Amino acid sequence: MTHHKRKRRFDAYALTWRLPIIVWQLLFFVGPLLFLIAMSFFLVKNYRMVETFDLANWERILSRNYFWSSYLYTFGMATLATVVASLLAFPASYALAFKVSDNVRRWAMFFLIVPFFTSYLVRTFSWYVILAETGVVNSLLSYIGAGPFTMLNTWFGTMVGFMTLVLPLLVLLQTLSLSQIDKNLIEAAHNLGCGRVRTVFSVIIPMAKIGLVVGALFCFILSFGDFISPYYLGGSTPQTLSILILDTTKSGQQWPRAAVVAICMMTTLFVIAFASIAFAYRKPAS
Amino acid sequence: MKELKKDTVKSTTRRDLLKYTAAAVVTAPFIKPARAAPTEINMLAWYGHGESDVVGAYEEANNVKFNAKYYAGGDNMLGLVSQSPPGTYDLILSDAEFVSQLNAAGYIEEMDAADYNFDDMLHDDFKQFPGHWKDGKLFSVMVRFGHLGVSYNTNAMSAEEAMSYKSFWKPELKGKVGHFDWHLPNLGMMSLLNGNGANLWDIDDAGWEAIQETTMSLRPQAGGFFDYGGTFNSLKNGEMQAMCGIGDWITGVLEKDGAPVASVVPNEGGIQFTESYSIGKGSSKVAEVKKFIQHMLSPEGQLRSTEMAAYPAFCVTAGGRELLNKTNPKEAQRTGQVAGAVNDPIRLINEGRIHYRDIPVQQGLEDWNDFWSDYKNA
Repeated sequence: MTHHKRKRRFDAYALTWRLPIIVWQLLFFVGPLLFLIAMSFFLVKNYRMVETFDLANWERILSRNYFWSSYLYTFGMATLATVVASLLAFPASYALAFKVSDNVRRWAMFFLIVPFFTSYLVRTFSWYVILAETGVVNSLLSYIGAGPFTMLNTWFGTMVGFMTLVLPLLVLLQTLSLSQIDKNLIEAAHNLGCGRVRTVFSVIIPMAKIGLVVGALFCFILSFGDFISPYYLGGSTPQTLSILILDTTKSGQQWPRAAVVAICMMTTLFVIAFASIAFAYRKPAS
Repeated sequence: MKELKKDTVKSTTRRDLLKYTAAAVVTAPFIKPARAAPTEINMLAWYGHGESDVVGAYEEANNVKFNAKYYAGGDNMLGLVSQSPPGTYDLILSDAEFVSQLNAAGYIEEMDAADYNFDDMLHDDFKQFPGHWKDGKLFSVMVRFGHLGVSYNTNAMSAEEAMSYKSFWKPELKGKVGHFDWHLPNLGMMSLLNGNGANLWDIDDAGWEAIQETTMSLRPQAGGFFDYGGTFNSLKNGEMQAMCGIGDWITGVLEKDGAPVASVVPNEGGIQFTESYSIGKGSSKVAEVKKFIQHMLSPEGQLRSTEMAAYPAFCVTAGGRELLNKTNPKEAQRTGQVAGAVNDPIRLINEGRIHYRDIPVQQGLEDWNDFWSDYKNA
């Protein structure tokens, strides 16, 4: 059989459909990103940015201990949030994908979307009433003689905020991914003597790998860049990189130094995203 | 062909006349006289200054409208002004310590001292406030002030205990001391605790080292770092039992609401925040802005300022204080704005216990900010 190499021709129709997203990305992602990189080399004099090429901002930020401790804390918390959220979401997603009727699944999906109707900031503030030392949780615990426990202004408070942000989204993504699995394959695994737990690890998770990894990636990205939970529920103690950006801009309008922090964050996210996607699409060794 | 109607113009009958007259009588009270569009004044200020409780009546009476842009912190304010073309802001409310920078950069207009009633000021310092005058020319007028010290939950600490910044180190307050998330007032208080008194901002390297050491020793007590909303909430729900970096401008709002919180100026001294109005460079509404500043210095303006819903402050004029005592004696008592009161803010200034907030003299603001970041991460 002869293979004819197809000649790629200019396709105006296809380009017309692709053009808006290309223009959008160039204008609102690539453009600002390039400006951000350029800005990290500018200097601030008398509260005004001076366009120049100077490595001073990079030297200053990267040589500060507080930057690295913030970096490690932010990275650690985002990783922990990803693991915790993935573990919490999976049983729920599994049940929604395989154990409930279509009707129940549809309603559950609807209720998972409902939290996004309200502002994340409002949802975060509502935790004050629940987590405060005089709040709902501690009041209930007091009936059994436990507590009060300090939950606000701790890493635990931050983690609760992260879960508020990512858990509904993660359950949605995982459920959609698990729902795509051909149930006949699960049946086949059972018929061949594969137990329930082994089916989950040998059949379901490998088949839903892409969706599960993408869900976890979203979780990491959102937690890594979140400002609201670490500030309002974590009490900024210790501070995360997004809080550091705020502090840097507040004092002396040091937008260029804030740009350095932002670029470090984005680089981290790019590396994590590429590694995750590569892992998700890696074919299993035969 | 359609026949043309002959009688198309209807003459007004006596019944119609009566009907229209009745309608005019009934609707007359609802018809407002035509009024020119209000003059818009662009204001740059801390939150609250452009809200209706402060400017609403003035807007109504003078047919003006304030477009308020709010900032948080002097640095933020300077950044906004410097990045905007001249004439963007007609009226700028600034913390006093930043007025000289606004002036040096040419962001504010010279004012005519004769336009403002300085004779009514409660303290001589207010007439010649540092940075507001340069070479005998006026650039800013002080309109309100407040004092920062130890803010605390009255169930956790007595007023006597709160009379020293050392109270923040009480073992019972471990993890319960909050910080208003701005290095300047917090580190200023640590400087006062270290005995720097009137030189709290002008400290040498050894003094700066000592302040850092003192501040770091407070870290185990620190429960969090908060903005205005967070400070408010954490004091209200009792998460924080003491707060460093604030004063009655936050606890006053809560106290009026019945929360068990208070603020005192401790023995080591307190810090004064001072808010002043300037006219933005290139403003085309100088006359309107001048009139508004005059209003804010009048007894009525001072009353609205001191009772501002967002955050209370003290009157700067005798007329304002007098009106406050007449119309709201409870608030006058609560804030000590009564002649002879032990916590009378003017008396505290005269006793040398109050130090005007400034920026570090021998270090840069960024050095203080760097240390503040270190402290938060410790």
